[in-house]
Formats: sequence, C-alpha cells, structure tokens
Amino acid sequence: MSKIINDIRETARQLLAEGKVDVVIGYEKGSLPLKATPCFVHSSEGVDSLIWDETCENNLATYAAKTPGKKAIVAKGCDSRALAVLLQENQLVRDDLYIIGVSCHGVIDQRRIGAEVGEILEASISDGKISVKGMEGDKEYLFTEVKDATCRTCRYPNPVMEDLHIGDTIEVAQGAAAFADVEALENKSDNERQEYFKEQMSKCIRCYACRNACPLCYCQECFVDCNSPRWLTGGVNRAENLLFQAGRVMHLAGRCVDCGACSRACPQGVDIRALNRKMTKDVYVMYNHESGISEEGKPALNEYSANDPEQFLVKE
Amino acid sequence: MKISKEKFGQAFDALVAEYQIIAPVSDANGIAFKGVKSFSEVKQDYLNSKLPPKAFFFPQHEKLMSYKKEGKEVTVKSELKVENTVLFGIRPCDAKGMQLLDMVFKNDQYTDPYYFERRDKSVIIGVACNKIAPTCFCSSFGLSPAGSEGSDIFLIDLGDSYDVEVITEKGKALAARFEALSELSADEQALVDKIKDAVTLSKVDVSTTTSKLDKMFNNPYWDTLQEKCIGCNVCSFSCPTCHCFDISEEVRKNEGTRVRTWDACMAPLFTLHGSGHNPRDNKKARWRQRMMHKFNYFVHNNGSMSCVGCGRCIKGCPVNMDIRQVIDGANKAELVVE
Repeated sequence: MSKIINDIRETARQLLAEGKVDVVIGYEKGSLPLKATPCFVHSSEGVDSLIWDETCENNLATYAAKTPGKKAIVAKGCDSRALAVLLQENQLVRDDLYIIGVSCHGVIDQRRIGAEVGEILEASISDGKISVKGMEGDKEYLFTEVKDATCRTCRYPNPVMEDLHIGDTIEVAQGAAAFADVEALENKSDNERQEYFKEQMSKCIRCYACRNACPLCYCQECFVDCNSPRWLTGGVNRAENLLFQAGRVMHLAGRCVDCGACSRACPQGVDIRALNRKMTKDVYVMYNHESGISEEGKPALNEYSANDPEQFLVKE
Repeated sequence: MKISKEKFGQAFDALVAEYQIIAPVSDANGIAFKGVKSFSEVKQDYLNSKLPPKAFFFPQHEKLMSYKKEGKEVTVKSELKVENTVLFGIRPCDAKGMQLLDMVFKNDQYTDPYYFERRDKSVIIGVACNKIAPTCFCSSFGLSPAGSEGSDIFLIDLGDSYDVEVITEKGKALAARFEALSELSADEQALVDKIKDAVTLSKVDVSTTTSKLDKMFNNPYWDTLQEKCIGCNVCSFSCPTCHCFDISEEVRKNEGTRVRTWDACMAPLFTLHGSGHNPRDNKKARWRQRMMHKFNYFVHNNGSMSCVGCGRCIKGCPVNMDIRQVIDGANKAELVVE
C-alpha cells in the first residue's frame, strides 16, 4: 500500500475517532476496472476502504455543500479550487470543512483506453504504467499517454487550500496559462466550428450528468427545470441541447475551475469542456482571473475593478 | 435452420421498400440503433448499443397532439405517424425489456395508442450475444444471452450465416421472405448449442430481493446508499425498462402541443406536485423508489422484475453506482422493526 493511502486512512481514522468530523468523503475501489468511486466514511472502522490513485476522477467538492455536518474531504488541486469558489460564494462554512489535500498527477482517460481495447476486463497500475486486459485485446500504456485531457493543461495539481497535506507536492513551472486547445477551435472557420458543435450537441441526451457532476452547478432550481418562465421544452435536439450547454457555461463564467468533471461524467462523450475552456480563456485574458486559486478573492463577475475591460459597452 | 448472410442481406435489402429498418450501426459515439437502407451498413460485431432501443416505441420527447384556437373554434390534431418497422439486431435483454414495457402501456383499463401503434407495426429480429460483457448480468433474472423471449424472429450469428428461429406469427410472415433456408451442419449445431448454453459471468442473487424489500420501506439502508449519487438521469435514460414520463403543454399564443417526455426518478421535477410539495424530496426517497419500483412494485403489479441485466446503468454512471451492489446490499441489509 502506498504511503499516501496509509496516511489518508490514518488521518480519516483520527478525525472520526476524535469526533472532529462526522464524515470523511474520499474514494474507494469501484466495481469496474480502473474505476474509483466516491466513498462516505462515517466511523473509524470504515477507513480502510479509502484509496488514492489515478482513477480518483470525481470532483468531491460536489458533495461538500450537500452533505450535512462537519466533513473532511480528500481534495486534489481541482477539488480544492472548487471548494475555494464555494467558500467565496458563501455556500460552505470553513469551520465545517477539513481539507485533506493530496497532490495529483492527473487521472486516467478511460474512454480512450476503452476505445482501443473494448470493454475493460482487468487492469493494473504500477510505476506510471497501466496494463489493461480488454475484450478486444490487451495493451500496456504509459500513464502520460492516457492522461485525461483536462489534466494535461492543469496548472494547479497541488491543493490551493488545505488543512493537511498528504504526500509530496508537485513542482509546477510558473508561467502564463496556455490555451492551445481553445486557439485551435478559434482558428477554425465559422462553418467548421459550427459543424463541430452541431456534431457534439447532437450527441447530448440531456441527462444532466455534466451539471450534476459539476461542483459549481448548485442552483436550487436549474434554468432547465424552471417552467415559469420556461426556457427550454423537453425536446432533445441540437438547438435546445446547445442552449442548455451554452447557458451552463455562461453561469460558470469566472467560476469554472476547469476540473473536467463534466466531460468525464458525460455518458455520450460530448466535448463539453470545449465551451468551458473558451470561457476560461476569455476570463483569463480579459480579467486576468483564474477561479478558485485561493480562499480569498471573489469570482470574476462578482468584483469590479476600474481596469476591467468594457469592450462590450464602449467601442473605440 | 440457417440462412447464409449473403441471402439474408438480399432479403434485408428488399425489405427497405416496405419497412423502416432500424439496426445497430457504428457511429462516433459507439454503437447506436439507427435507420439503415442496406444490410452493408449494419454493424455485426457489437456487444450492444449505448442507449436502449426503447425510444423507437417510447420516444424521449413525443408530440401527442397539437391544438389551435381560432375565435371560438378549437381544432385538435393527432400527431401520431407510424411506419411499418423492422428492428434488427435487438439483443435478448432489450427484447425482454420491450415485453416489460408492454405491461406498462397496456392494462385491463387502458392501452396506450402511441406506444402500441408503433409496437404493433414493428417486427423484432433478435440476435443472440456471442460475446458477453463483464457488466452483463441478464442470467440473474432467468434470462440468457441467447434467449429468444421478446423477439419475433431470433438469429444466432454463425459467422457466414445465421441460425434462424421463428418465434411468433408476426415473425413467420416476415421470415417467409428468407428463402434458401438449409439445415445446420453438425459443427454449426454444436456452435449453436454452445451459444445457447452461455450464461453471464456476472450474476446477482435476486431470489429473495422482492420479499426483502416488502419489509424495507423505512430501513436505514437507504440513508447511506444514496450518498454518492449525484442525481443525474444517466441510469434511467440508458435503461431499457425505465418508463416514467411527464406530460406537458408547449403553448405559444393560441396554439400549442401536448408532449410526453421521459422523466427519471432522480430528476428535480419527478413527482413534484403543482402545490410545490414533493413526496419524494430527497435522494433517499428517490433511490428507494428506484429500487422498489424495479424489484418490488413491478413484481407485485406485473409478476416480473423490471430489470433485464443489460448493465448500461453500470457502465454509464458517473460515480460508479453499481445496481448489482445495490441489490446485494438490500439482500444483506439488516431488517429493522417498521
């Protein structure tokens, strides 16, 4: 067992035994190969199911506000950023939260593996290598080859806020955020881009897994469920799907922490992140703002600065 | 009896003139049931479609009727348009799923015309599973990867040919088009027997689940079970037997349509009353409803469980809630005095 797993379990055991928290939210081994599943541990007897590895793909901040009582949460960089935004937006009480921070090298893009080997029968991870036995064949991957697209552009692998850090921290090169993926889409012609999004939106079945997996989609009543006024019919077609996805991105402007939970949750493989990333880039370029990178501060659109660009108001 | 794929393909292509043909095809997103014009478009080596074929009888969003008011005159128009349809390549789990849906849309008091117009005008050509996924668990429900229940014609893929079994009268009429049926060789018969004997690797014991659930309405099991569920609709939308729906009016000025859309037990508007009250206002009540509906109420009402073990909800769940574990957990839950 890795030292990180051991330390997570010991921390959880202590927090629960001492009554500092009512529940520890972490990950346990899932029922399918290369799948971890969120796990709620209520007593110290349960801590030995906690794990940590490259399959821990869910953003656990999603559960923070919905879980009553005092809770400890195992948080990667992106989970901690989402927690920071939730705190900035007064959705959480800091004293009710204990953040067990773990630095993250990224999570595995299972879809990519599944596309090559078919249904995954067995898999093991060791020393940065992933061996997979699939229905269509066996294959060995380097972790870097199958790292989730989100994690490839991650700038915050270390938790931005935490009560305890477990394991080593990861050194990150300082520099401006890169948006090669967004630029590739921006450089396409209008027609090409429209075709791309038409294709993506035609896949959406409006199951709302993206919305529900998102730690920052917490509206009590989502606009899609509102029937007075009614923004959307129940129709599942490209136009309405785009209205939903675009509406969601707008609501996340200056708040999205680019964790990729929406894209990973999507059962249909819709490139939801393409829209979010464009918004992230615009907010970064226009407001020099990155969401949830510290406990202090406010979401970009909750703050006014005299230097804010106002191209949309005044055309020079 | 068997038919060569070449001859079958010719018969299939000849059907295009009279039928809308729905079959598995490979698209950017995996396997989907879609309209095809030729047998050459059909994907033959597939596990199952990502989404169940139920939408061909029970669409996700369906116009039931449209209406228009002019002065004091109101005109109402039915929106039902149905073509004769062949659904090819339906797996045994989904064919059984359609039989379960039949029980919902037809009872001693009411037959749903929208569902049954389509159902009655369609022929199901089922194809046995030669390969079984690790998430398949149909054998748990007395079903089988080569079960012909629910199909009108049932095929077993033998490589260059199909073993053909005609199951219903409807199937018989269509099968009359397949000429050149011949006897199976001894080797082929052995292969057919092998495929017919196969069971899913994954099985869950459901023998006591219904009676156990009778006594579990207030069980603390539901308290912790639901914690990790994020409340999306993936499990319901990918389920071949989930059938809850909502009916709403889409009105603009003096005209409108009445539509029926899929609902799901995890959706915010599910069972929400006009008053604003919701008798199931939390995930615990939703999950209890999901389990009770599939493994208890449906059994009491229709004599069968409302799950066919296709495994789609297991594969699709963003947080890996595994229905097999949920059933197992209910089987093992300690009973409390209710």
